[in-house]
Amino acid sequence: MADEKKIAAYICKGCGLGERLDVDQLKIIAEREGRVDMVREHDFLCSKAGVQLIQDDIDNEGVTNVAICACSRRAKTEAFNFENVAVTRGNLREGVIWARPDTDEARELTQEMAADYVRMACFESKFCSAPSPSGEQSRVDSVLIVGGGVTGMMAAIEIAKAGYKATIVEKAGALGGHLADAWKDIPSRSPYADPVDTGVVGMIAAIETDIRITVHLNSTVTRTSGAPGRFSADISTESGSTTTENFGAVVQASGYKDYDARQLPELGYGKTPDVVTQAELEKLAKEAAGGPIKRPSDGREVTSVAFVQCAGQRSDKPGHLPYCSGTCCLVSIKQAMYFKDSDSNIDTTVIHTDLRTPGAPGEDFYRSGQKKGVVFTKGTVHEVVAGSDAHSVRFKDLILNEDTEMQADLVVLATGQVPNSGPDMEQMAEDKMAAEEAGEEYVEVSVESILNLDYRQGTDMPQLVNGFTDSHFICFPYETRRTGIYTAGPVRRPMDSAQAREDGTGAAMKAIHALEDAAQGRAAHPRSGDLSFPQFRKEGCTQCKRCTVECPFGAIDEDEQRYPQFNEARCRRCGTCMGACPVRVISFENYSVDTVGQQIKNVEMPDEFDEKPRILVLACENDAYPALDMAARNGNHYSEFARVIPVRCLGSVNTIWITDALNSGYDGIVLMGCRKDDDYQCHFVRGSRLASIRMSKVDDTLSQLNLEPERVATHEVAITDVERAPQLINDMVETVAKVGMNPFKF
Amino acid sequence: MSTNTAMVEKYRNNFLKEVETNVEEGEWVKMCMQCGVCAGSCPLGNAWEHPPQEIFMMIRAGKREDVLTSDSMWMCTSCYSCIVRCPRELPITHIMHGLAHYAKRLGIQPKNNPTQWFSEVFWNNMMRKGRVNELRLGLSLYFRNGFLSGIRESLKNAGLGRNLMKAKRMSPMEFFGGHGVKDASGLQKIINKAQELEAARIERHGK
Repeated sequence: MADEKKIAAYICKGCGLGERLDVDQLKIIAEREGRVDMVREHDFLCSKAGVQLIQDDIDNEGVTNVAICACSRRAKTEAFNFENVAVTRGNLREGVIWARPDTDEARELTQEMAADYVRMACFESKFCSAPSPSGEQSRVDSVLIVGGGVTGMMAAIEIAKAGYKATIVEKAGALGGHLADAWKDIPSRSPYADPVDTGVVGMIAAIETDIRITVHLNSTVTRTSGAPGRFSADISTESGSTTTENFGAVVQASGYKDYDARQLPELGYGKTPDVVTQAELEKLAKEAAGGPIKRPSDGREVTSVAFVQCAGQRSDKPGHLPYCSGTCCLVSIKQAMYFKDSDSNIDTTVIHTDLRTPGAPGEDFYRSGQKKGVVFTKGTVHEVVAGSDAHSVRFKDLILNEDTEMQADLVVLATGQVPNSGPDMEQMAEDKMAAEEAGEEYVEVSVESILNLDYRQGTDMPQLVNGFTDSHFICFPYETRRTGIYTAGPVRRPMDSAQAREDGTGAAMKAIHALEDAAQGRAAHPRSGDLSFPQFRKEGCTQCKRCTVECPFGAIDEDEQRYPQFNEARCRRCGTCMGACPVRVISFENYSVDTVGQQIKNVEMPDEFDEKPRILVLACENDAYPALDMAARNGNHYSEFARVIPVRCLGSVNTIWITDALNSGYDGIVLMGCRKDDDYQCHFVRGSRLASIRMSKVDDTLSQLNLEPERVATHEVAITDVERAPQLINDMVETVAKVGMNPFKF
Repeated sequence: MSTNTAMVEKYRNNFLKEVETNVEEGEWVKMCMQCGVCAGSCPLGNAWEHPPQEIFMMIRAGKREDVLTSDSMWMCTSCYSCIVRCPRELPITHIMHGLAHYAKRLGIQPKNNPTQWFSEVFWNNMMRKGRVNELRLGLSLYFRNGFLSGIRESLKNAGLGRNLMKAKRMSPMEFFGGHGVKDASGLQKIINKAQELEAARIERHGK
């Protein structure tokens, strides 16, 4: 391959590069040390003329690899977008001249820094080739929607509107889910004053008349295999007949089930039929159809009703839900209005600890409830005692700070939403491992699977906390950890119908995006459009399975011979498999152990006694690298001894880079990745967590080399850390000054 | 009211409705969202047994006696900090005075509270001529505990009085009648009409 490549390096003199740097010297370095085939300079490389210069070389000189030594790879991406060639970037602007002060004293070392970045760009380019699609791709323009509640129906309607086909698989005998059982809904349009029609009937009618939407009722998905663009699903009916269909993408809108109120005997549930859940009150209201609501015990018209908020929720008691379901306060206000609207003399009291009314209708709807005379009392209910006539609600009034009680004909418990997310594969694996370690027998708790995926990593979507499916909650809420499968609605987080509609729409958009990307062999978010995909040298593989286990997106299965089987369309191109592979057989065309390793090796290493340490910075290209770019732009300088290499994700960092860097004389190594806990910010979900596990084991390497552990530091850096990120680099320089230079300089 | 009935009344809306009908701006009480900004804003807050937030909650909890016999709302100095700051725009100052007034109307206000005594003196003083007679108001304040203590109080403040007179801020002639509005009988008519309307309202809704 290598002899077919023709590498050209371009050095830009714009943006002050020409004034601050000795470009002639950089050209010589690219030529003699970088050993590229062609070197050119230009006064303004991203201008039309500059871009044309490069394009002409590609067209006329047969250049296949372009090394652009100008600004950061995050800048001018549209100008430097050349087709069918491998492009690498040497960051001379943000990475060198902006990161350093413009003084005569700084000039020499700034030039050294620039020279290294030119070397790095040239060598990275040598080991890259232009990515091309795998050929695995196919295009299927229909989307499988699992769940026919409001989220699923909305997704189907939106998908059909966009001209694609949708298939809804609903377990129950009718569409509509929980909302179909409700009498009215919380208003989603101004003036947010009164309960409104649910709209379920209209949605069902729209679905039934749309030829692009197919509905399977009383059915479940018994097997899902494949990848975006080529999913295959078995849809089985209750009676046992199964049909298999192909889909381009999947929306999982499996919704929630109501928290089991039987776990709340202290609140009177089960002791008298007059203690009901919100869902049960909807049924009573539906029976009343706008007339007076009658209570279940004796059919008498209700004259007073108490709503108990946070029943079995926001509580750390065993069996309770620790989280807030986020909808129950609005639902209670709505239900109190059912009573107030039929007769304003009915006393309605909502007992809450914190009234939470999120979303657009929130505060207005609350105010409307108050105007209608719904009384809100801040208190914690500890007991509901069933009486012969009225029932006593015993609570602590938190404003008046006293234990008190009130009488009510009917008590409504605001219980929460429990996601229908299927078995938690990761938790089960952990429990199993813990049981095995403890020598106990592992008892599997059987939870019905929703998707029955035949993926190596389990049958269902990974979960984050409290059973909700994992999505990048902070930045990309619709994304999940199974490419092309989008969870939407209350299975993702607790929500009301307006939010569920929005979620269904969002998931529909993502599903369409995914199937179109898959058709072209392009990566989905966040490396959207990337054509590279992991390739592996089978002959070197030891079948250790670390790649198949660690892939955050379940992209890698195993073939019959137990070798990893990559599903390109499921791959997000993070390189976590590449970082995991102990024998380094996994690579991308434009990102590999070599492309980074060669950059590390080809930095000029000054002598131990030169007092010029070298700090290797491996920075996540999503957060840490832009933070450093922005820091430089803001004039937050950092050490001239740093050499920053962007990585796709800290998860793609192979420990061989660390070992090699220490062996070749780097004095300190700083790894910058994203936050990794439950509130993770890693674009690839698990990458930074896996990296930190791997780096925790780097101490062994260091002690083998007889080096101080302080030389390697892993930090969580956010994109906003424009002051902290440079400081972390400078801190490492100080650390090196303390512990001394690395003796392994050759 | 027996304890049993009191229990039934708790957290029922009867007292809230009574307040809505009888108290000036009382229909606002239900709109309180219990944020406590009023309680935190009141400069005399530590002199109040129940800050406005608590008063509103007590009304909703049906604590009729506790609210109406409380001296809390009599402590209000009408600084309007609470009104300015209330995120729900409740006219809290007015509600406080409304509650105080309603309690007085029912005759269950705290009898020894000096504020309500002073309010009455102030009102009667002003109603004579339509203007406050400051000299007489001051003197009636000094002499409220009898003649001897009145003399003592007056002598204590004699210097202040002399300075006020020198600066022509107070005239000793005010003691004899004093100044008033141009049309005293017109003012009286307005007051009479207002009282008539109020009486009619009470007639309509009961006390």
